[in-house]
Amino acid sequence: MNISASELDEFRAEAAAWFSANKPADPGFLLPQSFMEVGTDAQFEFLRAWQNKVYAAGYLGLAWPAEFGGGGKDQVFQDIATAEMVRQNVPFMTNTIGLSWAGPLILNMGTEAQKQAYIKRILSAEDIWCQGFSEPDHGSDLGNAQLRATRDGDEFVLNGSKIWTSLGAYADYIILLARTDTQTNTKYEGLSYFLAPMKIEGVDPAPIKKLTGEHGFTQTFFNDARISESCLIGAEGAGWQVAMKTLTFERAVSGGQAGGVHSMPVSAWEVVQLARQAMRDGRPAIEDPLVRDQLVGFLMEERGMALNNSRAKIPGLIAERPASIALSRKLVGSEWRRRLNQFAVTLQGANASRYVGDGAVMDRGRWQRGYFNAFSGTIGGGTSQIQKNIVGERVLGLPKQD
Amino acid sequence: MNEQADIIFTDEQAQLLEIAETFTADKSPMDAVRRQLEADDAIEAGLWRQIADLGWLGIAIPEEYGGSGLGLGEVVTIVEPMGRKLFSSPLISTTLAAQMILLGGSDEQKSQWLPQLAGGTVAALAVTEAHGDWDLSNLTCAAERKDGNLVLSGGKTFVTDAMLADLFLVSVSLDGEPALVIVEAANLGPGALRREIVIDESRRSHALNLNGLSVPMDNLLPAANLHRLHLAACLLYAAEMCGGMAGVINVTLDYLTTRRQFDHFIGAYQALKHPMVDALVGLEQARSQLYHAATVFDMAEGRGEVAVRMAKAQAADAFAFASDRAIQFHGAFGFTHECDAQLYRRRALWCEQQYGDGAHHRKHLAGLLLD
Ligand SMILES: Cc1cc2nc3c(=O)[nH]c(=O)nc-3n(C[C@H](O)[C@H](O)[C@H](O)COP(=O)(O)OP(=O)(O)OC[C@H]3O[C@@H](n4cnc5c(N)ncnc54)[C@H](O)[C@@H]3O)c2cc1C
Repeated sequence: MNISASELDEFRAEAAAWFSANKPADPGFLLPQSFMEVGTDAQFEFLRAWQNKVYAAGYLGLAWPAEFGGGGKDQVFQDIATAEMVRQNVPFMTNTIGLSWAGPLILNMGTEAQKQAYIKRILSAEDIWCQGFSEPDHGSDLGNAQLRATRDGDEFVLNGSKIWTSLGAYADYIILLARTDTQTNTKYEGLSYFLAPMKIEGVDPAPIKKLTGEHGFTQTFFNDARISESCLIGAEGAGWQVAMKTLTFERAVSGGQAGGVHSMPVSAWEVVQLARQAMRDGRPAIEDPLVRDQLVGFLMEERGMALNNSRAKIPGLIAERPASIALSRKLVGSEWRRRLNQFAVTLQGANASRYVGDGAVMDRGRWQRGYFNAFSGTIGGGTSQIQKNIVGERVLGLPKQD
Repeated sequence: MNEQADIIFTDEQAQLLEIAETFTADKSPMDAVRRQLEADDAIEAGLWRQIADLGWLGIAIPEEYGGSGLGLGEVVTIVEPMGRKLFSSPLISTTLAAQMILLGGSDEQKSQWLPQLAGGTVAALAVTEAHGDWDLSNLTCAAERKDGNLVLSGGKTFVTDAMLADLFLVSVSLDGEPALVIVEAANLGPGALRREIVIDESRRSHALNLNGLSVPMDNLLPAANLHRLHLAACLLYAAEMCGGMAGVINVTLDYLTTRRQFDHFIGAYQALKHPMVDALVGLEQARSQLYHAATVFDMAEGRGEVAVRMAKAQAADAFAFASDRAIQFHGAFGFTHECDAQLYRRRALWCEQQYGDGAHHRKHLAGLLLD
């Protein structure tokens, strides 16, 4: 596709104007810091309405096929719109699991009927999606998932429970990994993958309080819940492959996501601002040599990550290990975010002991809360330790531990 | 931030990188590196000739002076593969000397020296002193005008490849200001150079005694931008370190996938696997910083300085980690001179300690970014 620079500039200007005119006012309550932290009805409704508005204005799903509700345009348009969302620091898109994982998966391997049924409503946030992978006894060892899906004619009957289901309390659909066969040679072969409804008889999400004291995910119980066999995506018994494909979208190793931001952006420059307010030995903390050294370290890493993304697009500069940057992106980004928040907490001196809700807490307690919430990135979607195994084995070629 | 995050990688760079990778793999296998450790010079004359013939010494020299008119960003693509194969040569010092003559030299100096440097004449840099300060403007060496000549005093250290050099670019203070003077090897008295024993055994380094040396006024560069020299050196050292890091990671991976203990390849153990991932992540960031610095280097006073200092700091710390772990992960074999890990560790230490380590550059970055 040949797109002129002026066309892109025009689009960028339109997007900039639209977001600046339509950026929602402060709702008066604390917003979640990512889609994994949506814990109240007010937060949810606010974010759902915002996503719907962004989609209706034509700034979401721009590169998804027009026949299913997307914009039918080149990816570069979505990238511009997303960059504008980051620049203007607008609220994030809450239907992340639909937009970034389930949607690309359905477009990639769903049936025509599934695409017709789900894609547009994912974009508009009319349908909210959640993910049913983890179970109480099987987290990192996802292939050991035991929730049963027993065939009964052209239906499956679901029994068991999933846990840590982000958006579980609000979701209309779930991408569900379930065991359809217990008599297989390997644990991976007995799994199937479903696009299953949540709001049916026998599915009960029970909220779990997070370490921050807020709600955010559920344990999701399935008791004789019946779903149609048309909910299968991929063949019966091929669920593991579908789950692995999902994870490539989730970890942004593969492209095809609808776009938009999915968490409150955080930058080390904001911590630089904080360091101007915090005090050390009677002077602003930003004058303390040790603080300065650490701030520069975080700024360097922030820039290094951005530069990695630029370099990942240049084949001549990633020739030796083409997948390295993509496969380590989640590990690097989430660990940096956790450490940055942690540093921003301790930077506050004695005031670091305050928490959200206290009248004198710095930056409304965002760093304290942010530090706790940052573990969502280092645990959810495969822990940092598991990411290191993956990079060590797939990128560096080191043997698996058996 | 986002508009700064760009890397431009030209077709010329891609070609040079590919050629240099092939060339260094061919010319600098480990046994050649080890043979050279024992030799008088860091590089064989014939190999240096080949490098000159490839045109690599003139990459950043304008065509009118016999070069190819590209920039230091292209030199980076040569230096990186050299670092990977522990190649040691006066390419960096010769390139930097040429840059200084190009930027601050008179027309006569440029026409006299640049074509020679592009053609294979070796230049050595004599810009560091016994106090070991990374601040190149901290000068105890001095020049005084006398009878139309400059009379020099003091001593320089870490003058690499001095025995191969036909000219030395020497920093001195003149009338209280930093200045650069060209000293021809032919003018050096006997005993002016004393061999130094340095941590990187692949380098040849000398102390240079300047006391009483007299050079014509014409050898003074009209302008001396030592700040620029410092940054250019950091850029090329960052390239050498990125190459070295890639090299040492591969050396370690070879061992982790062949050595067995407790019935497993040791690379299966997470206590080794996970730090190797940390080393890889450090390398990826360092390379991205490097090629960004190569892209924006010409804007040296602002963005370029930030980029170059970040590249040097990141590369220094990441190479230190990768090469330190390389020794540990080889067990007692890593403790031997025979194991290649130490060659990289020594190289990393040399590169880190020349022109400023990570903490030093972060300190300067703090001034640039936070004030
Ligand atoms: C905020 C949040 C949101 C989440 N949302 C969802 C969701 O929407 N849907 C969903 O399905 N899941 C979700 N998860 C679950 C997440 O995917 C799992 O928590 C994760 O995969 C780890 O599993 P686990 O919690 O059972 O920990 P475990 O697997 O029990 O791990 C415990 C510790 O052991 C380490 N460990 C385990 N195995 C290894 C190994 N082989 N090598 C080295 N270390 C190892 C882990 O790194 C961890 O530190 C969410 C989690 C969080 C925190």
